Amino acid sequence: MARYILNRILLMIPTLIFISFVVFVIIQLPPGDYLESYISELQSHGESIDMAEIERLRAQYGLDQPFLLQYVTWASGMLVGDFGYSFEYGLPVTDVVGDRLFLTVIISIFTIIFTWMIAFPIGMYTATHQYSWGDYGLTLLGFLGLATPNFLLALVMLYFANVTFGTSIGGLMDAEYINQPWSWGKVVSVLEHLWIPVVVIGTSGTAAMIRRLRANLLDELDKPYVTTGRAKGVPPFKLLVKYPLRVSLNFFVADIGSMLPSIISGAEIVAVVLSLPTTGPILIAALQSQDMYLAGSFLMFLALLTVIGVLISDLALALLDPRIRLQGEGAR
Amino acid sequence: MSDHFVSRKPFDPQSIEAITPEQEKLFFASQWKLMWWRFKRHRLALACGVLLALMYGSILIAEFLAPYALPTRHTDYIYSPPQPVHLYHQGEFVGPFVYGWQYNLNMDKLLREYEEDRSQIYPLQFFCRGDSYSVWGLWESDLHLVCAPEGGTLFILGTDRLGRDMLSRIIYGARISLTIGLLGITVSFVLGIVIGGLAGYYGGWVDATVQRITEVIRSFPELPLWMALSAILPVTWSPIWVFFGITLILAMLDWTGLARAVRSKLLALREEDYCAAAQLMGARPARVIGHHLLPGLFSHLIASATLSIPAMILGETALSFLGLGLRPPITSWGVLLNEAQNINVVAVYPWLMLPVVPVIVVILAFNFFGDGLRDAADPYRS
Repeated sequence: MARYILNRILLMIPTLIFISFVVFVIIQLPPGDYLESYISELQSHGESIDMAEIERLRAQYGLDQPFLLQYVTWASGMLVGDFGYSFEYGLPVTDVVGDRLFLTVIISIFTIIFTWMIAFPIGMYTATHQYSWGDYGLTLLGFLGLATPNFLLALVMLYFANVTFGTSIGGLMDAEYINQPWSWGKVVSVLEHLWIPVVVIGTSGTAAMIRRLRANLLDELDKPYVTTGRAKGVPPFKLLVKYPLRVSLNFFVADIGSMLPSIISGAEIVAVVLSLPTTGPILIAALQSQDMYLAGSFLMFLALLTVIGVLISDLALALLDPRIRLQGEGAR
Repeated sequence: MSDHFVSRKPFDPQSIEAITPEQEKLFFASQWKLMWWRFKRHRLALACGVLLALMYGSILIAEFLAPYALPTRHTDYIYSPPQPVHLYHQGEFVGPFVYGWQYNLNMDKLLREYEEDRSQIYPLQFFCRGDSYSVWGLWESDLHLVCAPEGGTLFILGTDRLGRDMLSRIIYGARISLTIGLLGITVSFVLGIVIGGLAGYYGGWVDATVQRITEVIRSFPELPLWMALSAILPVTWSPIWVFFGITLILAMLDWTGLARAVRSKLLALREEDYCAAAQLMGARPARVIGHHLLPGLFSHLIASATLSIPAMILGETALSFLGLGLRPPITSWGVLLNEAQNINVVAVYPWLMLPVVPVIVVILAFNFFGDGLRDAADPYRS
């Protein structure tokens, strides 16, 4: 087992290096750099530009260096926790990112839990009542969630939450808690606001999950051991939960890996609509103003988050399913 | 020993292995025919297929279907709510008609209010002359399926902040929104087949590299990557180039799923005897892959491609909504929804969110259609 874990972690390293390179290429692709957009902004305000000063800044940030050297500086800085400097905010990137990334993680975790809570019972129901009206109705409902654009759903729910519950519009907490240290009141306020993004992001993933759980359970329910159990008089519910569901559980865990990227994507766009203090809005702004280190670090963090998520789901899967961890060792 | 009966008649194998006409039809049917029969049984998928065909057909004659031309503005009717179409006037059947449409500015609430003027009746006209347009850039026409009655207005789905008819804009928007999915899937289809084909056929280090790359792309949250890539598109590009740019971006991140499918199938198929035979006869890899292997899984590929079109349509909508995708003057459903971005719209002008209805319908239809195709394409299912 220890060997499997080590193997899995070592495999992450080339993946992350590759991702960091792709990220750097992407943030470097737009023509020009931040200083150029800075100059044009100054010009539009009618301010004079000291070219010597610009050149000095360019040298200070290493923007005049060749591409590969810049990449190496950035990537090696990340290893020691230095993520570069945000031009726009005039702060180190870590200071800008901090809390926002934490909130993104929280929303993602809650969304996964929410998706499971919805998909589990519905998937079980639709598998045991195949081709019934309930099956069709719930499936259609799931597909509707898949087809509705997240951002619009967010907007509508925001409005109704405000009208019916009086939840303040936008943000992830009431205004008085912003920039305050964490307290009980703040936690409650966050929880009050959290359910909208969680429901909105969750709806799009639920349909796929229901379909896959249903398919998996149906396969499992056809197996001879289920028939044997039924013949021996095992109560139907126990017969469902004891083995078939346990087998399908594996794939639930395996699914975290493929769910995470889409959840984080969903979180980004919903965050823009709901003006949540997560990474979405800042990332867009950073991309547009070519605040490259900020944008790059954000992309890197999001990728890191998914890679770690996939790792966790793989490890949990290995714990649950002996076939997987034995396969890893049997190959040697 | 009794002598047994031996028939003197010449032996006719057909007499024993005779097959009924139905069996003959089934046994000699081509793969595509079998698929079609199986697909036909899936009523919902069939209906969705017809619906999609109709919607794509409407792209060709959008100008004719829309009551107004795209640039037409009604400055007197800004933010008009949907105007109801009636059949009966005071219990009397008159056919489809609209009442006069009265505009008042409510100074207390600072709201534009519209109400029906029941004294005026405007029967709708069909196949009538309205705004002129050019048909496929070839000739001029001004024929519309339905247009505003003389002196009256026809805003079936209301108007936007510039007084443009929403229904017309939605019909025109279908053009971009529907084709972006098709174009994108074509690009990612080609990428997926070529890359997945190479990986599956050659195996070894080619396969390992491709596997790595697809893994990385798949592990990346899609939307931030889309955002990053579309932020690259220069602002100075003309709208049509932005359109192609966005299509490319959507396709660049989408081919991985197809590539995986192609690869895993090819890995199995290349061990088959007929593949070895082709190789021994000296066929080049391109021919073996393209001529012998791909046809075996083509139906599957088409089905899975159909299932990934919705993601592209949603992607365009999301990007345009964020202002990173298409921009006016291009009209797509995402661009239309971009105007429904603030909470005011939900509260005061909810009809501006109507472009979401065709989005949902198209995505549902593609999902059911693709499901049906996938079931039909699977020859090993009862």
